Amino acid sequence: MNVTRGFTGRPRVDNPGLPPGQYDARDDWPVLSAEVTPDLAPADWSFRIDGLVERPHTWDWDAARALPGSSYEGDIHCVTGWSKFGVRFGGVSLDAFFHVVRPHGSATHAIAYSHTGYTANLPLADLVGGRAWIAWEYDGRPLAPEHGGPARLLVPHLYFWKSAKWIAGITLLDHDEPGFWERNGYHERGNPWEEQRYSGD
Amino acid sequence: MTETPAKAFTPPTRFAVPGRIPVADQTAALWQTATLTEIRRETPHAATFRLAVPGWTGHLPGQHLMLRLTAADGYAAQRHYSIASAPDDSGHIELTLDHVPDGEVSGWFHTVARPGDTVEVRGPLSGFFAWAGDRPALLLGAGSGVVPLMSMVRHHRARDLAVPLRMLVSARGPEELIYARELGTETTAVFTRSAPTGVPVGRMAAAHVAPLLAEQPPNGWEAYVCGSNGFAEHASRLLVEAGQPVERIRIERFG
Repeated sequence: MNVTRGFTGRPRVDNPGLPPGQYDARDDWPVLSAEVTPDLAPADWSFRIDGLVERPHTWDWDAARALPGSSYEGDIHCVTGWSKFGVRFGGVSLDAFFHVVRPHGSATHAIAYSHTGYTANLPLADLVGGRAWIAWEYDGRPLAPEHGGPARLLVPHLYFWKSAKWIAGITLLDHDEPGFWERNGYHERGNPWEEQRYSGD
Repeated sequence: MTETPAKAFTPPTRFAVPGRIPVADQTAALWQTATLTEIRRETPHAATFRLAVPGWTGHLPGQHLMLRLTAADGYAAQRHYSIASAPDDSGHIELTLDHVPDGEVSGWFHTVARPGDTVEVRGPLSGFFAWAGDRPALLLGAGSGVVPLMSMVRHHRARDLAVPLRMLVSARGPEELIYARELGTETTAVFTRSAPTGVPVGRMAAAHVAPLLAEQPPNGWEAYVCGSNGFAEHASRLLVEAGQPVERIRIERFG
């Protein structure tokens, strides 16, 4: 252990919900997108699932909003170090979308992509079973553009760069392919509890 | 030019995220000990911390690192910081840190640290907000957002590069302008609260950006925007409105 002379740090809070190397951002919600925030109206938003599925499908705003609602209340963790506790997102579980398109048994991975062209790769297993959402509300209000509004992917059990803002679609594949940050040195899966920040972690 | 991996998924959207800048794929996974050798005051709220890192393998201007402080009981705090120095600073790197109110890491640097102290660093990180010196660069920064951009300016000078480079920086006032003594003819400063006599006070505006985009180098500018999210939103919008292609604007927002 490399102790830093004179460093005491913040008062210790025993928070079992805080993954290793993270700190509690409390009321802050930093924005870290690498690209220009798009000017995207709900009427111009669409969401498609294709690739290794039986019935590729595209939803427009109204069709997506008509699916049964589902909310997430819990924590989110950003690779830059901040975590937020007890956030509330509203939207639709990805399971409802997958129910329509019927993934093939050969599908193992997914690439989520944004209306800006941003991409993030995920194992399909991380997107099913009630652990991922398409979210358009935060704290009961429409999701702000800089946080991915009109709608973003929400995969809260992974570092937040996987939760692609301005989500446009998900393509299912039978292999893993790196997305935007993964090609820029970040970890292929990004599990905060394993502290999988960078390639090789 | 921007690297396109042979088999990368390209989404069926108007691709607007700039691609990767090729950086050496040496692993940045290892934590290394860095020894503080010098502290230089830059402004009332910011200081530069020079670190000797014997095993540093080099970086590209614009890249950042992860820094870790460890308390006696094992508690550790880690933060991401942009690298301020040019790559050719053999075995040394510099960080310029704002003293954040209640900041446990920046607070230690500003109130406790002295030459001889050791910290741990891991990097360099990210092949996105990097500038290899191979393309015309248009740099827009505010506050400590000037830090990674200064690495680019210093690199441009150290290598005497011919490729065009222009910087537009925003600060509250002249005394808050980080690296004020080092800025040259490549830089235009904008002051938002107080300015020297004869210099207007106000926010960065279209009038500041337009002349830069009027002088288009061959193949255009690669734009780099760094600062708070509020500044990044404002500055990137100014660039888009002035005609800078959206897929050639790289943004680093300080959280």
